[in-house]
Amino acid sequence: MNPATKPVDINQPAAHLRLVSGRAADSSGIKLSGVSKTYRTRDGDVPSLRPLDFHINDGEFFVVVGPSGCGKSTLLKLISGLLPPTTGEILVEGEKVTAPHGNVGIVFQNALLLPWRNILSNVMLPIDMKRLPRQKYLERAKALLKLVGLEGFEKKLPWQLSGGMQQRASICRALVHDPRIMLMDEPFGALDALTRERMNLELMRIQRETKKTVLLITHSIPEAVFLADRVLVMTERPGAVAAIYDVPLPRPRSLDVMADPVFTELVQRIRKHFFSQGALD
Amino acid sequence: MAEPKPQNAVSKMLNAAWVRPFLFLVFIVVAWDLAIRIFRIPAYQIPSPLDVVAVLRTEWPELLRQSWPTTYATVCGFLLSALFGIPVAMLIAGSRTVESYVYPLLVFSQSVPKIAIAPLFVVWFGFGIIPKVISAFLLGFFPVVVSAVQGFKSVDPDMVDLARAMQGSRFQVFRAVNLPHALPAIFSGLKVSVTLAVVGAVVGEFVGSNSGIGYVMQRSIGTFDLPTMFAALVILALLGVILFWIVDRIEKLVIPWHVSQREDVIFAA
Repeated sequence: MNPATKPVDINQPAAHLRLVSGRAADSSGIKLSGVSKTYRTRDGDVPSLRPLDFHINDGEFFVVVGPSGCGKSTLLKLISGLLPPTTGEILVEGEKVTAPHGNVGIVFQNALLLPWRNILSNVMLPIDMKRLPRQKYLERAKALLKLVGLEGFEKKLPWQLSGGMQQRASICRALVHDPRIMLMDEPFGALDALTRERMNLELMRIQRETKKTVLLITHSIPEAVFLADRVLVMTERPGAVAAIYDVPLPRPRSLDVMADPVFTELVQRIRKHFFSQGALD
Repeated sequence: MAEPKPQNAVSKMLNAAWVRPFLFLVFIVVAWDLAIRIFRIPAYQIPSPLDVVAVLRTEWPELLRQSWPTTYATVCGFLLSALFGIPVAMLIAGSRTVESYVYPLLVFSQSVPKIAIAPLFVVWFGFGIIPKVISAFLLGFFPVVVSAVQGFKSVDPDMVDLARAMQGSRFQVFRAVNLPHALPAIFSGLKVSVTLAVVGAVVGEFVGSNSGIGYVMQRSIGTFDLPTMFAALVILALLGVILFWIVDRIEKLVIPWHVSQREDVIFAA
């Protein structure tokens, strides 16, 4: 059963509640075909992802929601090339992923800044790892720090910054080598609710200005709908695509969007997936 | 809050890091002296502090001369344990196969009393400096390995993934992420190791040597010259403290960013 192509069983869904297909338009962006992952452990095989087929368009803000342990983080590692898929293949910008390709910037739940490097040289980490010319990217790193409002903090050590500021620095680190894709694994999950809303607004602004393809993983349904062009809903472990929704809300969006009936209906609709499956953790 | 200034100066001096242990030391010495007087402990069992000080003063040149071989053996043994301990820990932390083969044996070897096998080194290497260095090395090696393994293993796997996803080579990732991350743990191992290396060197001198503080102790025990023996103990303690302090200073230079050093950073900023 492939729910992505199955119509919803509520009477005549409005445009924004209709399920959309994850078919590819062209070779740009990220394309997954038949990608599954099974971990081999001592206690036998543990399936993490059931075969996935979907396509993320170039420059799209794509958000994945799912219960915890549904293999969302595995998905991220597969796309960045850190893990090989058990079956199927992943194409990034038309090229098959077999090893880390460096065309991604990653943001984790924790900022994961190196405590012995100052903010600027933390942002420069990908440049060091990729052996790119430091001089050329130093200006870019500074410009990015300015973009996220961290100008003047270049020489500070990570612990001297608040959680939100650290996470902003880690976003700069994900962008400094100018990758096509940004992979974000619950990037604001460790922040307080107020900071989180502000960071969401800022992330949307950064994405609009840099035009990156963003794949963001979250537990929060409102956050998903607020940020996304499309939302992918995952099932419980082993993860599979339960549905993909279009979010037809106009951009730029402000927090007022959350009161929009389109927004609230979509949130409710997505929430139903989890209640029919069991419980959202 | 108008505190008078002179009082501040006094309390500042009382708060200086070295004053408190020094005061405590004075207290212990006084208690030692009082205990001998009150319980009438004969001098051939425990010498009075004043006798020890007297020996320290008269025998100073000889004690100093004898402390060089001990210091030399300690430092060599300690450097060897750092030189071998850290790479061994890297191998153990980096490969499950190496860990499963080597680590249990390493722990097993630690249960063998070094003092019991120290005479063996004399048989093999004679009465020179080598048995002492080996003995110091054997005692100092284990704490370095254990702490460094723990340091290398406690790296956040996400952090390593992040660096690897940026196409960092294994060596690059190790140098940029794993090694600096392990440094605080390595240094805590080195601090334990350096004090144990002193013990190791002295053990080496006990079993077969004609120089060093351990030899002085051995000789003075033989002649019931307890004040000299206690004076040698004081020298050993001083040696341990000084070496520990040196490692501590190096740690502060190498990892100024670590939580344990942060106070200094704030004061410097």
